[in-house]
Amino acid sequence: MKQTRTIEIVTGFFIILGFVALYIVATRATNIRAYGESSGYSVTASFANIGGLKVRAPVTMSGVTVGRVTEIRLDPQSFNAIVTLEINGTYRGIPDDTTASILTAGLLGEQYIGLSPGGSETFLKQGSRITYTQSALVLENLIGKFLSSGKGS
Amino acid sequence: MMGLLREAWYIVLDFLEMLGACGFFLVKLLRLTPQALMRPRLIFQQVFSVGAMSLVLIMVSGLFIGMVLGLQGYNTLNKFAATSALGTLVVLSLLRELGPVVTAVLFAGRAGTALTSEIGLMRATEQIAGMEMMAVDPVRRVVVPRFLAGVISMPLLVAIFNAIGILGGYLVGVALMGVDIGAFWSQVHGTVDLYDDFLSGVLKSVVFGIAATLIAVFEGYYAQPTAEGVSRATTRTVVNSALAVLALDYLLTAFMF
Repeated sequence: MKQTRTIEIVTGFFIILGFVALYIVATRATNIRAYGESSGYSVTASFANIGGLKVRAPVTMSGVTVGRVTEIRLDPQSFNAIVTLEINGTYRGIPDDTTASILTAGLLGEQYIGLSPGGSETFLKQGSRITYTQSALVLENLIGKFLSSGKGS
Repeated sequence: MMGLLREAWYIVLDFLEMLGACGFFLVKLLRLTPQALMRPRLIFQQVFSVGAMSLVLIMVSGLFIGMVLGLQGYNTLNKFAATSALGTLVVLSLLRELGPVVTAVLFAGRAGTALTSEIGLMRATEQIAGMEMMAVDPVRRVVVPRFLAGVISMPLLVAIFNAIGILGGYLVGVALMGVDIGAFWSQVHGTVDLYDDFLSGVLKSVVFGIAATLIAVFEGYYAQPTAEGVSRATTRTVVNSALAVLALDYLLTAFMF
């Protein structure tokens, strides 16, 4: 009787330990937080070139993450990329003439969207569109320009 | 020349026969699963001997593998001044590949062999025949609880292995080598995806658990009822489980990533 009790306790301990390990790895070692921020509003922005921007890339303002990229698609008429940004609900007062630019973290890092605020009195809301955008810098184009300008002079 | 070809053909046939027999056995086990679930006590007793008894082995191996990953990753990344990516390296390699695969191979060696020899010995000492005489289905009474216990235990063991391995990599990287703690974790949070990396690793561990346990109980149940037969079956369990896990790992990786 004593022995079966020990066996049961050890088995229960093992099962609990397993689930605790699952939970810890899922919450502490993954990007689970990027999925949680849903109570915000989404705005769109169109870019001529998004470079290597990916879904779930961060949207930052003065370096602070204020949202995520939730969708990237191609506008079939203008052939521009339409990027949907989900902005965290705590940041309601972003002016609607804000500029969105695609920036790179470090020289070869991940690409993200940086917002620089304008001076308008009206604010971005669900479904609004950011008109001022700046496309990604493509390193190859830059080098190409540099080389051709070097030849010309 | 013809002889060689014939030999090769027989090997292929043997392989196919074993695969088919394994498949039929799996169907049989799954059909009896609802009835076995009515008696959870039998399953939990087996979870103890299959899962809880493997715990120490899994934890110690996980710690050392995580520490080696931390050390090797640090030395390599240091050449490119990219040691801040160490956390990503350790966590991704553990979650995607090393965790499920190494745990499955260790599991086959620790728990699979025990299952095979136990069931094989039951067959050799005619306990299984005795059960059949008493109109007790030995598959339902003996095999299915062990199979379910293995399938339950494997994902849990993999999760523990991963957690301890990440801890080991963290200890070596941050505490010993001096990688910045913030860079270590922020890289992990930014790169490791909940669905692509974590859940696909869990899926792998479930598949490997089914494969390794199925091979163990299959080899035990169909072992030749002699001392030599049981020992051969035990060896085959380890070899076949390791091969099956590695082959399945390639297939799953090709599909998922």
